[in-house]
Amino acid sequence: MAGFRNLWGEETMITRRHLIGTAGAGAALAVSGLKFSVANAAGAPLTAGVPEGVASYATMGTLPGKKPLIQLSDRPPNYEAPIEYLRTPITPNDQFYVRYHLADIPEIKAEGYKIAVGGDGANGRAEITLDDLKKMPAIEVVAVNQCSGNRRGLSKPHVQGVEWGYGAMGCARWKGARLKDVLDKVGLKKEAIEIVFNGADGPTVDKTPDFIKSIPVWKAIDESTIVAYEMNGVPLPHFNGFPARIIVPGWTGTYWMKHVIAINALTKPEGNFWMNPAYRIPIGKFPVRDRFISQETAANTPITEMVVNSLITSHRNGDKVKAGKVAISGMAWDGGYGIRTVQVSTDGGKTWGSATLGQDLGRFALRPWSFDLAARKGNNTVMVNATNKLGQSQVSELIFNPAGYHNNVMQSITLVA
Amino acid sequence: MHKIIIVLVAAVIASPTYAAEQVIKLKQAPGVDKVEANCQACHTLAYIPMNSPFLNAAGWSAAVTKMIKALGAPIDDDDAKVIADYLAKNYGS
Repeated sequence: MAGFRNLWGEETMITRRHLIGTAGAGAALAVSGLKFSVANAAGAPLTAGVPEGVASYATMGTLPGKKPLIQLSDRPPNYEAPIEYLRTPITPNDQFYVRYHLADIPEIKAEGYKIAVGGDGANGRAEITLDDLKKMPAIEVVAVNQCSGNRRGLSKPHVQGVEWGYGAMGCARWKGARLKDVLDKVGLKKEAIEIVFNGADGPTVDKTPDFIKSIPVWKAIDESTIVAYEMNGVPLPHFNGFPARIIVPGWTGTYWMKHVIAINALTKPEGNFWMNPAYRIPIGKFPVRDRFISQETAANTPITEMVVNSLITSHRNGDKVKAGKVAISGMAWDGGYGIRTVQVSTDGGKTWGSATLGQDLGRFALRPWSFDLAARKGNNTVMVNATNKLGQSQVSELIFNPAGYHNNVMQSITLVA
Repeated sequence: MHKIIIVLVAAVIASPTYAAEQVIKLKQAPGVDKVEANCQACHTLAYIPMNSPFLNAAGWSAAVTKMIKALGAPIDDDDAKVIADYLAKNYGS
C-alpha cells in the first residue's frame, strides 16, 4: 500500500469522488462555453484516428485551476487540450495541457523551495531559492511546449504510450532566469558535457526510475534556455511546474523539467531509462539539426527540436459549412527557425494558395494563419502545409518510428457544404 | 486509515470542482483481479483501454515485461503471465 497515492498525494481511492468526477464531466463542457462538433459518448472531443479504446472511457476532466481538458489519464495526470483551446498564439494557463510520467506529485510551497546546483562537472555547489532566481536578470521568451508524443495516437500502426491527439501542446510567454546564469553560480568544468535536471515529482514505487532528463551543455547555455517562474505573467500553475521549470525553446517538452529541484553538470552521459531507451528517434529519419552527440548510438538519438508542423483550429474534419467564403485558421510552429509560409490546398494537393500569417511573437512561438476558401456544395477537402525559414516542410506520409514521435503529416480535413 | 478517510471525505465535500478521478471498469474476465491488484499501484487502469485494441499477445507480454524490468513494477512471474494473458484476450488485436 505504501506510495499508493493519487495526484494530490492522498493515500487511498475514494468512491464518492469518483461519482462526482463522472457526473462533473458533462457539466464541465457547459462551463467551458465551447461546443465540440465531434465528441465520443462521454463528451470528449477526441481526434479522429486515435485508438478505439480511448473513446471507451475518455471524458473531459477538470484539474484544480484548469478548464476542462481531455482526460486521458488521471494518475499520473495526462490531459490534452481540445483544438478550440489553441486558437490564440498564447495558450491561457487554465487551458494548457498537462503531462506527467509518474504519479507522486507533491504540492510545493514557494517558501523554502530550493534548487540544488552542482554535479561532477561543476566547480562548486549552490542552493538557489525562488528569490535568488528572481534577482537574476529576467528573460522572457514566447515558446511552444509540445509533448514529444503529441499525435502519437495517430500513428499507423498504433504504438504504445499515452495516445495523444492534437492537443498535447500549448504556447506561453515564459519568464525566468537564464540557465546559464544559474550555472555560472557554480561554474562549469571544461569536461562538463551534459546538464541534468530532476523535478520534485517521482515514482510511487521505489524501483521505478525517477524522471530525470539531461541536455547538452551547448543547449543549456543558450541564451533562450531559462529556469522559468512565470507563465503568461503569473506564477506557473501547479500542473505546469510550480515553482519553477526548465524552458528549452525549440525542443520537445520532455526536457522542460517541472518542479525542478536539482540541476547538475555531468562529465559522463546521463544513462537512466528516461534518456535511453525512452525518448529516442531512429538516426537519419528526421530532418533535425540539433544533435545531442554524447547520447547518440549507432541506431538512435534523443529527440531534440520539434519538426515544422501546423494545425487547423477553426474546424474539425466533417464540419458543416455554408457554400461560399469560409474562413479557416490555425497555428504553425517549428523548432525555432520561424515559419516562412503556410499553404492551403483545396484540390487534394494539386495547387496551393498562401495563407495570411498573423502576429509574430518570435521564432519559438505559435504563428497564427488564416485562409479564405470558396466552399462548393458537397465535400471540400482542405490540406495545410507549413514551411519554416530553413525551407523544411511537413510530410505527406507518416515517418513511422516505434514511439510515435515527430508526427507532422499534413492535415487533410473535409468540410461539408 | 480512518483518519485519512475522514479528512478526504471532508475535502470532497468542500471542493466538488476537484472532481477529476477516473472510473475505469475493466472487462470482467479471468485475471482481472490480478490486473487490478498490480497495475494500479503506479497508474490508472485507463492505460489499458487507451492502448487498445492494437497490441497482439506478444505486444502485451512485452508491455508487462517492460513494466517489471524497466520500470520496476513489483509483480511476480505467475501474476505477470496471468496479466499478459488477460490483456491479450480482452484488449488485444
